[in-house]
Amino acid sequence: MPIQYYIYLSLALFSIGIVGVLVRRNAIIVFMCIELMLNAVNLLLLAFSKMHYNTALLTNKETTAGTEGQLFVFFIMVVAAAEVSVGLAIIVMMYRNIHSVDVNFLNRLKN
Amino acid sequence: MNAIIFSALLGVVMMFSGILTTNKQAIKNIALVCLTLLLVANLANHYEWYSIKIDTKQMFSFSKYGYFFNTIAITATLLYVFVSGDDIVKVGSYGAEYFALIFFVLCGVTILSGYNNLLMLFLGIEIMTIPLYILTGSDKKNLHSNEAALKYFLMGAFSTGIMLMGIALLYGSSGNFGIETVVNITAGTLMKVPILEVIGLMFIFVSMLFKVSAAPFHFWTPDVYDGAPSVFTSFMATIVKSAGFIALITLFANKSEELGKLWNILLVIVIIATLLVGNITAVFQQSVKRMLAYSSIAQAGFMLFALYSKNDIARDGILLYTSAYSLATIGTFAILIKMDDHSINGYNGLAKSQPLLAATQSIFLFSLAGIPLTAGFFAKYFMLASVIRTGGSAAVYLVIIGVLFAAVSVYYYFKVIQAMYFKEGSAATSKITPNFKFALLVIAFLIILFGVMPDTLLGLFYF
Repeated sequence: MPIQYYIYLSLALFSIGIVGVLVRRNAIIVFMCIELMLNAVNLLLLAFSKMHYNTALLTNKETTAGTEGQLFVFFIMVVAAAEVSVGLAIIVMMYRNIHSVDVNFLNRLKN
Repeated sequence: MNAIIFSALLGVVMMFSGILTTNKQAIKNIALVCLTLLLVANLANHYEWYSIKIDTKQMFSFSKYGYFFNTIAITATLLYVFVSGDDIVKVGSYGAEYFALIFFVLCGVTILSGYNNLLMLFLGIEIMTIPLYILTGSDKKNLHSNEAALKYFLMGAFSTGIMLMGIALLYGSSGNFGIETVVNITAGTLMKVPILEVIGLMFIFVSMLFKVSAAPFHFWTPDVYDGAPSVFTSFMATIVKSAGFIALITLFANKSEELGKLWNILLVIVIIATLLVGNITAVFQQSVKRMLAYSSIAQAGFMLFALYSKNDIARDGILLYTSAYSLATIGTFAILIKMDDHSINGYNGLAKSQPLLAATQSIFLFSLAGIPLTAGFFAKYFMLASVIRTGGSAAVYLVIIGVLFAAVSVYYYFKVIQAMYFKEGSAATSKITPNFKFALLVIAFLIILFGVMPDTLLGLFYF
């Protein structure tokens, strides 16, 4: 499949994530949208990794081009997991205090 | 290299010290000792002494410049713990863990000062910001702190996503994650797609602007800085922000040629917008903490000058700016924490009740405003001089706008001095220890030293 399809798919997922972050008010859903953005990036990295491998394969049969793209994906997954643990802890902390996970609720509460 | 390894290890040491002792004074002293060790380990790198030799496969490029930035960041942290360590352990019941998180932040900072690969840029930024989310929300029962933590976390994770998209697009166009190699791809072996590269760089630029709170993406800053416990705001606004600038400059010193004219126009717009928003909004603030949050946006605008010019003066200047700004802000926040009332009226008559606090506070504010004989003056001077040296059609206008906004900033900084010296009132402070006064005097002395002889600091760099 041509690389463009992968780029379009990733950008579509990424845009859905961005719109979700900007529009939704539930902290958990905003959080899921951020994860969607990260996973769109993972998909794109894998597609590019394969593309670079295939290009390099034409000139060199034993090429290792493209491996670093796949390695990067592992790092993104690990960091995303660390972020989830901290982020959910923050959301739980907020829920304990105000019994809501609405992002705008705190703003209203202050005034 | 030493600094990265030691800061991570000492962070773990701090966590274990929390099991062994609950004495807050002891924990603070352990943190001071650990920071001194870290400083020594980093200075050893200057003299080519390495604890472990690792082949980093061009992931890092360590230079004296990076080591020197580490030295400044660690020294600033040391002074910060020295002056407000007592307040750090007072935030909640996990004193040792707060210090451990500060060490992990420093680990991220040291990665950012020497990275040579987009993977390390990403990891450095994440290692730096994830502990900060926790520190922001460390005052668990306080709704302001909760809101700040949530906002900071969502904004931080969002901008990380944008940065990753940029990195992925750059990877697509170049086939590797190096920050230097993109320009000289061997023609024919890899597909060169310039449009991907331009879009990728724009994504990374936007996300970095988020991290350093520059103008179109600054909106989270006042709420987060205001809501976070004041001690941690002080850390966020100084050391972490400077590390963001070092990362930004390292990346775009190599990459900006590829963007050409577009880059300069974009950067000039960002600088002017940052200065405008930061300074003008700071004028109307009644709370000193919120005013400092906006003024940190304004100072970010000045630091962006270094990104515009990218010459030797700018590289030295950003170090001087980092140290001047960090020292003054750490001192200002240390006094702010001691005040009972955080509004400007809360400072009324401070000169009568606490003359030393008022005097040092004035020196810090002079430095932030850039009055001569303080470090802040030469910091601003270096930034403006570097822009003049670079030239270009926008340079003169940039300098004029920079000077104008520096004049505006004098207004709101001096409102605090006016309140302290010329207004009647009884400024209430919590208990001031002799140690605290001594630490303030040390910071004030350093600010004046660098203001009279900026060469001492920069001379250290070339030893």
